[in-house]
Amino acid sequence: MMAYIVRRALYAIPILIGVNLLTFVLFFVVNSPDDMARMHLGAKRVTDEAIQQWKAERGYDKPLAWNVQAKGIEKLTDTIFFDKSVRLFAFDFGQSDSGRNIGHDISQRMWPSLAIAVPIMLVGLTINISFSLMLAFFRGTYLDFWGVVLCVAMMSISALFYIIGGQVLLGKLLNLFPISGYDTGIHAWRFLILPVVIGIVSGIGAGSRWYRTLFLEEINKDFVRTARAKGLSEQAVLFGHVLRNALIPILTGVVVVIPTLFMGSLLLESFFGIPGLGSYTIDAISRQDFAIVRAMVFLGAVLYILGLLLTDISYTLVDPRVRLN
Amino acid sequence: MVVLLLAGCGEPPWNNPYPSQDTSRPIFFSSFSERPKYLDPARSYSSNEWAFISQIYEPPLQYHYLKRPYTLVPLTATSMPEIRRYDRQGNLLPEDADPEQVASTEYRLHIQPGIRYQPHPAFARKPDGSHRYWPLSEDELKGRYTLQDFPQTGTRELTAEDYVYQIKRLAFPPNHTPIAGLMAEHIEGFEDFAKRSGRLAEENAKAGRLWTDLRPLDIAGVRVLDRYSYSIRLKDSYPQFIYWLATNFFAPMPWEAERFHAQPGMAERNITLHWYPVGTGPFMLTENNPNLRMVLDRNPNFHGERYPTEGSAADRAKGLLDDAGKPMPFIERAVYSLEKEAIPRWNKFLQGYYDNSGIASDSFDQAVQLGANGEARLTPEMQKKGIALDTAVETSIYYMGFNMRDPVVGSRPEDPADRARARKLRQAIAIAVDWEEFISIFNNGRGQPAQGPLPPGIFGYREGREGVNPIVYRWEKSRPVRRSIEEAKRLMAEAGYPEGVDPATGNALVLYYDTALSGPGSKSILQWYVNQFRKLGISLVVRATDYNRFQEKMLKGTAQLFSWGWNADYPDPENFLFLLYGPNGKVEHHGENAANFRSTEFDALFERMKNLPNGPERQQVIDRMVDIVRRESPWLFGYFPKGFSLHQAWYGNPLPHLMANNTLKYKRIDGVARAQQQKAWNRPVTWPLWVLLALLVVSAIPAIRDYRARERSRAR
Repeated sequence: MMAYIVRRALYAIPILIGVNLLTFVLFFVVNSPDDMARMHLGAKRVTDEAIQQWKAERGYDKPLAWNVQAKGIEKLTDTIFFDKSVRLFAFDFGQSDSGRNIGHDISQRMWPSLAIAVPIMLVGLTINISFSLMLAFFRGTYLDFWGVVLCVAMMSISALFYIIGGQVLLGKLLNLFPISGYDTGIHAWRFLILPVVIGIVSGIGAGSRWYRTLFLEEINKDFVRTARAKGLSEQAVLFGHVLRNALIPILTGVVVVIPTLFMGSLLLESFFGIPGLGSYTIDAISRQDFAIVRAMVFLGAVLYILGLLLTDISYTLVDPRVRLN
Repeated sequence: MVVLLLAGCGEPPWNNPYPSQDTSRPIFFSSFSERPKYLDPARSYSSNEWAFISQIYEPPLQYHYLKRPYTLVPLTATSMPEIRRYDRQGNLLPEDADPEQVASTEYRLHIQPGIRYQPHPAFARKPDGSHRYWPLSEDELKGRYTLQDFPQTGTRELTAEDYVYQIKRLAFPPNHTPIAGLMAEHIEGFEDFAKRSGRLAEENAKAGRLWTDLRPLDIAGVRVLDRYSYSIRLKDSYPQFIYWLATNFFAPMPWEAERFHAQPGMAERNITLHWYPVGTGPFMLTENNPNLRMVLDRNPNFHGERYPTEGSAADRAKGLLDDAGKPMPFIERAVYSLEKEAIPRWNKFLQGYYDNSGIASDSFDQAVQLGANGEARLTPEMQKKGIALDTAVETSIYYMGFNMRDPVVGSRPEDPADRARARKLRQAIAIAVDWEEFISIFNNGRGQPAQGPLPPGIFGYREGREGVNPIVYRWEKSRPVRRSIEEAKRLMAEAGYPEGVDPATGNALVLYYDTALSGPGSKSILQWYVNQFRKLGISLVVRATDYNRFQEKMLKGTAQLFSWGWNADYPDPENFLFLLYGPNGKVEHHGENAANFRSTEFDALFERMKNLPNGPERQQVIDRMVDIVRRESPWLFGYFPKGFSLHQAWYGNPLPHLMANNTLKYKRIDGVARAQQQKAWNRPVTWPLWVLLALLVVSAIPAIRDYRARERSRAR
């Protein structure tokens, strides 16, 4: 397995270079270094000298990806792309264009993101699996029918509606939770309940329908019939055979997102005023802070690759037939 | 589980986002929607940044809280600056000397002794007198990530040198001061100092020194006279300079603070002057987490200031003089929470968790009703809560401009016939674009149609009949009435575009409107513009783009029509009329004259007007200048936005002040009244949860019965 992991890690390098290059191209197609300087220096009373100096201080006065004036290898290395990309591979994110330490900001802001994303994933997964197992158990009955109708209805509603509706209903009309906000430490729980509940509820429709399909596929297979034939209770059949055999597709969807939980939820964090990494990325895009955008995209790509690797490894744990070599 | 959690919430209100004990204390709760980027007074230039640092830093002057028109008064200065004018030979001129004789001006400022800085680790000292936190080794910095990780603090007295040091910082190139270019035009030796200090900074950077000590470098026009006095010498007469002395740019900066923050390892930990301001004002920033909340606490070293005793009869009637002569500040803390979205912000204001609020368009109808004559009053729901409304026409303008370099809407300056053609075309469009309708549809009536470039509250603005733009309006029944579309069409015909037809093509005249507005929300606005031009038969093509491209087009002068705005830096007509001053053209000089308007007469009058004191002579010059721009119509004057703000009943001394930002010290909060109202407005309602639980139980019964039946059934 070690050889497999090393090989996958090596595969990751060209992928990350490609992601970095793509981010670079997309960003600088839309924004020029002059635009970035103007955005940071403000719209009023900005002089050309100030713009040139801002660019020089941050290394944005160099050519983008190919330095015609330089000699030898410097044609490639004395460029914005090289300057801004190489350090990323050592996870040295450097400073944002407004002078903040990106690594420190990420280390501070990943915790609020995790505080929302982890309970949403764990509790949501439990609820979705339980609900879909129940639908699978009552398949073909009115409970299954109305359960599926409910799921379709729930997945048809936009996430924004859940958020605003939840805030109005639970925060404003029933006065049960703070509408938005966040606090550090132990006091954070009061602010987390509402976004977590909304995050879970908004995911029930799509999640349960997907898992129900997986369970129904397994429930009609021969080994399930055999299990019933030998007199196992329905409970034992569902949990011992159906659920275990449906785990591979479930894991595919779940394990891959575990590392990306760090990256936060854009909508929830924005509406609930939670200082996580989701809002960090959005703010950076709107402020044209290339240093942060580049760091967050790179980190997202690394975490996604890690998630895929973990998914592969998790297959070996749930299915002894899978071997990584 | 949710019910169990709720049971553990304790005393209602459960939805209170703040610690319950804080509610009844004199703490001001408010919100902000965008993270302030720079809190260093040399760099900060945005209103959302000044909202914070103006409570912390103290420039020598400030605006009187109650007096209108806006009046400057001393803040840390003992009196208003002594202004000395000199001629070219260096002779002192009398106060009423002809401005044209003035070759240089000197401002002498005397500050109050005994003012001390807020507690700050930069001032902390060891028993031997050396600085406690300078120099710091990498080891000593371990585990320190915020200013609170430096437990020992100190203070010292404010001196004139701190003000001079800050002026040097304005010139220091790495600080990127937005007004550096402007100050270089006026302050003697400013530009030379910028060059010398810039070179020194480069040498220091090469040598690995992070801090450039500006103290040994002299700036020719800025001198420390004694411990509490300093002077600034301008190389011209620039009467508006006095207003800059009331801005944070001219607030003092202790060199120790700059040196403390410039130590190796500090920037990597985000411990910078942009994050941790240090001042002498009534408040100090004790928590700066702009991704969550910013907290200002009362500065224990504040020198003290008393609430103003002078005000109008109307101020007295509103209770704005009830606190006259009382020591400020009245509140002990201000908590600003990050609230990016308008809906939660509005709902929390209605719950009583914010003491004041603006009004988003979505919530406008819920808060305000407009009467038949456009007067605004609160809805019964707001009145029942005791919420009050403040309105004020802002010292800002939003206008649509013509690029005067464009061959269609502009003209060839040497060709009088072409000038007349283009002028008539612009005048026709000025009549056709109905800003009253725009304000009504898109701004909920929050605006005043502009008759010229000067908003109310600025010297030179005229009200009533003499203030009306005769090109666009007629005066009828004591009010301005927009001229008819027929008159506009006549002007179009005179311009050579009968019924909007371009004789060169035989088709409708096509004009291009460049805008940074995009997205579904802007579609209706852009369509409205198209419809306004269609009244004249003109086909308006909207070229929507992002803000970067839009700025690029403006700089290159490739836009034809555009929209722009300006917010006053100070209450002087110069700050608006310079937007149309030729040598300030966007394309040629990268200035703020976005229309690239140029008129020899206007420019000459501007030169004269800017040096005149407010009075009949200046008014006369301004009237002529306004007449010129009305006639030439380089702008459709658009409107002056009207600010609507709401505050709760427990919020005292509310008064919109469009120039001052340091107004937190005047505010009063009745915490006890707030706590009572919050409790009454936010009683938890739990019965729907129990109903939901009961429904779940009831709906589970048939499922359980079915499950049991299946378990008991035999295989078939």
